[in-house]
Amino acid sequence: MMKAKVHITLKTGVLDPQGKAISHALDSLGFDGIEDVRQGKYIEIRLAETDAETARSKVEAMCSRLLANPVIENYSIELE
Amino acid sequence: MKAAVIVFPGSNCDRDIAVALEACMGHAPAMVWHRDSELPDVDLIALPGGFSYGDYLRSGAMAVHSPAMREVVARAERGVAVLGICNGFQVLTESGLLPGALMRNRDLRFVCRDVWVRVETTDSVFTTGLQKGECMRFPVAHNDGSYFVDDTTLATLQDADRIAFRYVTPDGQVTDDANPNGSRAGIAGVLGPSRNVLGMMPHPERLVDEAQGGTDGRRFFEGLLNALETAR
Repeated sequence: MMKAKVHITLKTGVLDPQGKAISHALDSLGFDGIEDVRQGKYIEIRLAETDAETARSKVEAMCSRLLANPVIENYSIELE
Repeated sequence: MKAAVIVFPGSNCDRDIAVALEACMGHAPAMVWHRDSELPDVDLIALPGGFSYGDYLRSGAMAVHSPAMREVVARAERGVAVLGICNGFQVLTESGLLPGALMRNRDLRFVCRDVWVRVETTDSVFTTGLQKGECMRFPVAHNDGSYFVDDTTLATLQDADRIAFRYVTPDGQVTDDANPNGSRAGIAGVLGPSRNVLGMMPHPERLVDEAQGGTDGRRFFEGLLNALETAR
């Protein structure tokens, strides 16, 4: 069995009002020196798969077909 | 003149569209459940507002993979008119029938009020019955209505005259204050490359009778249905 960890992040240049609100909230809690906050998604997938290459290509397909929207998001995949 | 309304789990404007279409067509549209892989032979397919599949993952993302939507995409590619309102617009961008994406509102608030939109093009079945530059009042009610496109796509949309509606002040000015959600270039509605697909965040189906407080929506639907009738 393998576990895929998928991080989905907003592309540069795409507005992230939620990230901005988090940044303001951290600021008002007294955390100084925050330059920027971007909010993303984290998805964990357990796969009945032993071959890392096959697992990766499966998860790649999942990302491009459903998990991420290529218009606004990037994704990265970690396998363990 | 026949129409179908696709109903997803979580749709909540499907009956409003059905009532609006029936008021303008004289007969009821077919209601098609998301699991149905066969659509009746229709001139217009409407994707209603609501929260299909609970807006899980991204608004509209799950609906794209329903059997009914696969058929909607095929029909759209064959030239059938497809109208997506609110969540329907989100489904259309997620499906790739329309460019761009609808993201969380600029002010992180659910916006529920009437807005003014300006008709930007009359070159489509949806808007041929309207006047270019005229302003119409429609309600909006959404959390994820901020329309995003990259610079290149925005230029393409402008050059090809594919922006259908922009948010404006009541006297027709595009301003930040008139833009309820932070959409790029104040875009409220956009056409597909073949002009037979329209996605819009405002809800014309909610203003089709004086009892609802206005009839701008009725004019929109009458114009669309007349154009489709003529094209038959």
